[in-house]
Amino acid sequence: MALCGGADRGSHSMDKSITLPPDEIFRNLENAKRFAIDIGGSLTKLAYYSTVQHQVAKVRSFDHSAKETDGDPLYEISVQEEITARLHFIKFENAYIETCLDFIKDHLVNTETKVIKATGGGAHKFKDLIEKKLKLKVDKEDEMTCLIKGCNFVLKNIPHEAFVYAKHADSEFRFQNTHPDIFPYMLINIGSGVSIVKVEAEDKFERIGGSSIGGGTFWGLGALLTKTKRFDELLQLASKGQHTNVDMLVKDIYGGAYGSLGLTGDLIASSFGKSATTDKEFSKEDMAKSLLHMISNDIGQLACLYAKLHNLTRVYFGGFFIRGHPVTMHTITYSINFFTKGEVQALFLRHEGYLGAIGAFLKGAEEDNPNQYSWEENYAGSSGLMSVSPELNPVQRARSGTFDMLEMDRLERQLVNLPLLQDATSYIPDTVDLTEDALAREYWLYCFEEALDGVVKRAIASQKDQPEAVERAEKFRQKYRHKLQTLRHQPFAYGSLTVRSLLDTREHCLNEFNFPDPYSKIKQKENDMALKYYLKVVKSVEELSWEQRQFTLAKGLLAGNVFDWGAKAVSDVLESDPEFGFEQAKQQLQERPWLVDAYNQWIERLKGPPHKCALFFVDNSGIDIILGVFPFIRELLIRGTEVVLASNSGPALNDVTNSELQILTERIAAMDPVIHAALREDRLALVQNGSSSPCLDLSRLDKVLATVIRERGTDLVIIEGMGRAIHTNYYAMLSCESLKLAVIKNSWLAERLGGKIFSVVFKYEVPSKAQEQH
Amino acid sequence: MKLRRCSRKPAFPWFGMDIGGTLVKLVYFEPKDITEEEELEEVENLKSIRRYLTSNTAYGKTGVRDVHLELHNLTICGRTGNLHFIRFPTAAMHRFIQMGRDKHFSSLHTTLCATGGGAYKFENDFRTMADLELLKLDELDCLIQGLLYIDSVGFNDHPECYYFENPSDTQNCIKEPCCLDNLFPMLLVNIGSGVSILAVYTKDNYKRVTGTSLGGGTFLGLCCLLTGCETFEEALEMASKGDSTNVDKLVKDIYGGDYQRFGLQGSAVASSFGHMMSKEKRDSISKEDLARATLVTITNNIGSIARMCAVNEKIERVVFVGNFLRINTVSTKLLAYAMDFWSKGQLRALFLEHEGYFGAVGAFLDLLKSADDA
Repeated sequence: MALCGGADRGSHSMDKSITLPPDEIFRNLENAKRFAIDIGGSLTKLAYYSTVQHQVAKVRSFDHSAKETDGDPLYEISVQEEITARLHFIKFENAYIETCLDFIKDHLVNTETKVIKATGGGAHKFKDLIEKKLKLKVDKEDEMTCLIKGCNFVLKNIPHEAFVYAKHADSEFRFQNTHPDIFPYMLINIGSGVSIVKVEAEDKFERIGGSSIGGGTFWGLGALLTKTKRFDELLQLASKGQHTNVDMLVKDIYGGAYGSLGLTGDLIASSFGKSATTDKEFSKEDMAKSLLHMISNDIGQLACLYAKLHNLTRVYFGGFFIRGHPVTMHTITYSINFFTKGEVQALFLRHEGYLGAIGAFLKGAEEDNPNQYSWEENYAGSSGLMSVSPELNPVQRARSGTFDMLEMDRLERQLVNLPLLQDATSYIPDTVDLTEDALAREYWLYCFEEALDGVVKRAIASQKDQPEAVERAEKFRQKYRHKLQTLRHQPFAYGSLTVRSLLDTREHCLNEFNFPDPYSKIKQKENDMALKYYLKVVKSVEELSWEQRQFTLAKGLLAGNVFDWGAKAVSDVLESDPEFGFEQAKQQLQERPWLVDAYNQWIERLKGPPHKCALFFVDNSGIDIILGVFPFIRELLIRGTEVVLASNSGPALNDVTNSELQILTERIAAMDPVIHAALREDRLALVQNGSSSPCLDLSRLDKVLATVIRERGTDLVIIEGMGRAIHTNYYAMLSCESLKLAVIKNSWLAERLGGKIFSVVFKYEVPSKAQEQH
Repeated sequence: MKLRRCSRKPAFPWFGMDIGGTLVKLVYFEPKDITEEEELEEVENLKSIRRYLTSNTAYGKTGVRDVHLELHNLTICGRTGNLHFIRFPTAAMHRFIQMGRDKHFSSLHTTLCATGGGAYKFENDFRTMADLELLKLDELDCLIQGLLYIDSVGFNDHPECYYFENPSDTQNCIKEPCCLDNLFPMLLVNIGSGVSILAVYTKDNYKRVTGTSLGGGTFLGLCCLLTGCETFEEALEMASKGDSTNVDKLVKDIYGGDYQRFGLQGSAVASSFGHMMSKEKRDSISKEDLARATLVTITNNIGSIARMCAVNEKIERVVFVGNFLRINTVSTKLLAYAMDFWSKGQLRALFLEHEGYFGAVGAFLDLLKSADDA
């Protein structure tokens, strides 16, 4: 049953003296609307929708009719205020509810809000208080419906939401990839009792079973046996106990294993069996442990019986019994493994505690149609897994007012899979999982910490005209440094830790403090400079023989990719020597054979018929895009291949954004009849990729891009740059030909791959025939 | 089940023993057709064992003969006699072995057929302490053979098997004896200290489907800890007077009535021991209520697992055995109700009078079989 226990946590004697650090928690209240609240036995979860006003950097072409003079910048950069939608979820102990309601009342400006959706076992208890304080009508929603709605939402929108728990593995949390189709699944909610629900579609679910032996049994029976009142304390006791002192094991009966049935000696034959036959005192710890095993095993067994009966393999566990407690996750996992012989894995959810609140919120926001958008977890505003874990932080947990937060941004664009993925279900964007690779984790955390000063400096420099930028930049520094520290101790906080997540977290933090595009001016300057050399590069290439030309174009593409402010080795050079040029970059490149060198195969392929359409995920602005990418795709266009340039929707480092690329392309077209014609004839298309990351997740791409790719019959995918082709997608399997090109601008990474800094990766892959048809 | 004619009878005494986690179950065949000649030949040891077992109903402090279960005039292997059912705690096993030594059991040249985990655990003790070799037998094999045999011979001209008429109606729920023409396929739920669940298709074809550690040992163990009681009888006595709804949280305690969205009755238990999360409730609860709640929790859980197994295995007959059900009508009725209610009448719970003795009977039968094979 999904019934949350009304517990004796002194929820009536609320501590009004608690002061909140409010702006850190209930953020953006001034625009908040659509409140929802989920009150459980001990925790309250509040949800609201708000809008966030933040700055975005926009680029705009100057009027071309006016005669340009040499000193004019290429395009205009302006900072505009933009309003985006954000969901706020806050979790806190019930003891704080009154204080929190008071705070919200005092800061709530929006008057159109009339109701608050409420769910959870404690909702009725606090109904009057909520109505009195907030002057909102409490509208109760069915608990299970909310839970399922919330579960669907997080499974769809949060990558790495689900994980397998492995207590003894190097990394306790093994995060699962977002499955393109989340249904069907089974949700086992362990509140005071247990509810087992089969979910077949967004609105189609059924309670297929349950059990009365649940969290309430552990708590109630545990309190009786050990005279320990609190649930967390009981778990603490259990984690220190030895169940074998209380339970009767197979070996206590058999003297060893029951071999013919494959029952090992350590198996529990009878829970609490020894307390029936032995006349002695049992320790609290041992009894608590025995009780925990008894209940976990029982739930695991029922879960397996129901999974088998309904033929379900994805089994998620939630409820207050689980809620981030490693002890219960471990015992449940063990039980499921035992009873299904490993056929079914117990899955847990990072945001399990929020499901009810998310669901209640979604019920109230149906007219806004939140399910038609894609959402993204905001790493800057979210606390991450285990932020209030009793095991990790026992002091904090003891009534200090730990508030856990989850913030989700509504994305402008709807995101879908790249249609050219060979197998969307097994696609993993990231090359190295830093949660599991401790050495790599150490290195990258160090690397990002080292680079932080530079990023702060860059952020301030990008807003010289704004004196308070220094202060904001400092706040950014603190926030990001804190995130890095958190990740050092809890690398699993936001799902698998990867170079991508570290980069994305940095972008989120920069945005949080209104540094939407610290590189805008640099990008502008570099674009401007590179444009001046464009014709010269194109002309010099045209004079070469076919073979020479192909090689020069490939080399040019790689040399262009050296210009990357995201790589510290390069940004140091660029910082000290702004004149560092294209030719010098070419000289820095590794001589062939490259670290990964499929150039010969690529050339052989080029001797064959042209590709129908090439999709090019571009990287940096400036020399990279203008002198590297454009001459390269120009050749493809001449060969008769259509080209789709996919660039970022929003800024990240010095990566070229879609709006910048529009302007650049126009300018190039004005100089170059080949590009001009291609644009006019729609053989060259510029499409945004839906991302604002320096990396690339091919399972979350702009829906429009996916359509374009499909419509044009794309048969070649080119992915360029360290972020997109090395940190991510290095092992991505595509159903068409692909080129993955990058210069390794980090000596540690180069060494890991067996090379030196400025090593070249030129990876050309052709799927086997069978896979292609797939 | 037809017993084949024994070509060579094993030497008396005829025993079958099932050494479980909590209880030792012993069946003893007392021949009533002893000829004078035999009587003269009968060694003193054997005589004294027979007299000791048949003239007492209690042995030591803890041994008990279940006189009401005794089977009369049983003809087996060409001999006619009574089958006695005796039990004592496994904790007294060493005293039992000592007695075997004192009574020079080893001189009788009989085979001691034993099943249950204790046959393995105590094998060495039998050997070293009493110079006795055990013939160890698989407990599930014995359970099934024993059960089928007793069912076939009946309970002194009455059926061994019974069920409850109107299981979902507490007022009119009555125990009804029944004879089943065919037991197969059956789901056999053996509730001892722990629980084993078997799917039995024919007399030799069965599989262990699953088991649970929440069994009779758990009931008694928790009751001892919660109420300070010491015996199963005491625990059951308390449970019979208690009210579990003071301890368990019901659906209506949370929803004020039925949880209609999911068709759950208000009277269904939502959380076993759920009320005990509250200190006030903990302070006001009686031992009887706690004992009752423990019994109801364990029983319902077994019922729930058994029901799921029956559905998964597509078996409609669920037979409950094991000593947990001894003098425990609260549980038998509850199981009957649970099978009927949750399956909407599809499943039927069946019970057997000799609850916990089938393993021992199976071991006893093997003694005769082993002689046959010899």
